[in-house]
Amino acid sequence: MMRAILGVFLLSLMAFSQADEAPPTAQDPVLEARLNHLAKELRCLVCQNETLADSRADLALDLRREVRDKMRQGMSDAQIKDYLTQRYGDFVLYRPPVKSATWLLWFGPFLILIAAIAGLTYFLKRRRKVLEEIPLSAEETARLKSLLHSENKQA
Amino acid sequence: MLRFLAPFAVFVALIIFFAIGLTRDPREIPSPLINQPAPTFTLQQLQVPAKQFSPADMRGQVWLFNVWASWCVSCREEHPVFVELAKRNLVPIVGLNYKDQRPDALQWLTQFGNPYVLSVTDFDGRIGIDYGVYGVPETYVIDKQGVIRMKHIGPVTPQILQDKILPKVQELSK
Repeated sequence: MMRAILGVFLLSLMAFSQADEAPPTAQDPVLEARLNHLAKELRCLVCQNETLADSRADLALDLRREVRDKMRQGMSDAQIKDYLTQRYGDFVLYRPPVKSATWLLWFGPFLILIAAIAGLTYFLKRRRKVLEEIPLSAEETARLKSLLHSENKQA
Repeated sequence: MLRFLAPFAVFVALIIFFAIGLTRDPREIPSPLINQPAPTFTLQQLQVPAKQFSPADMRGQVWLFNVWASWCVSCREEHPVFVELAKRNLVPIVGLNYKDQRPDALQWLTQFGNPYVLSVTDFDGRIGIDYGVYGVPETYVIDKQGVIRMKHIGPVTPQILQDKILPKVQELSK
């Protein structure tokens, strides 16, 4: 009996602790969904490997608030991205834009892949040449025959 | 010959990349605001809340705009540098008290000295966002026309002041 009571007590504690952590209900679920979607595309500048959606840094909270305000003002996602880029640079975008300064970043890996394939092809071709069978000359055939012949005799 | 030289060349290239790349501070994000007009604002002054300040008030002089807060540990580190600089009367420093509590900020200035001509209060961090602030302290050099000419992220050391900031101020003051 005591055990059962204790169990219920502990369970109720768990329920309370979970209720504590539940996020405050958003006033406008549509806007909140849009915010979360956009925040995944934006970088938190304090913890640079996190998106604005994931980060709990103070600045991330402020920036989310700012983005939410801009959305309420009717700015499009692209306009909000522009607004942030003007202040924090391209770095704030989780997916860097394709432009001359980022060509190496976007296409560099493919260049390395092409170089690797070229290198491998070259290596394999050369190896095939080494392994290729070269027919024996008449002289060599005669010598081979005589060697085999002498061995047969000994056996 | 090539089979020895090719890997060696790759190795040298990697060393060069690392030598340049690893000495850079990934926290220093180039600001798009350099050579752009300083974002305008009108904010209450910290010490005299009845009075306001806007960057236009500094037209005609080169000035430093320093983002600080009483909760910011690195600000404490750079603060004596600014106190010294203020004594030399070389360039006016305006403070942006960023996301702070007024009593804390005032207490901080009393305790460590006040090198600022004045400080303005940005309690909710909105103006900080306009200036692309992401790590306090940050310091901007703004020219006579109100254009941002330099931004330094992190605490200003005597070295940085001497080698980076003051030469820029002198160049802009001409």
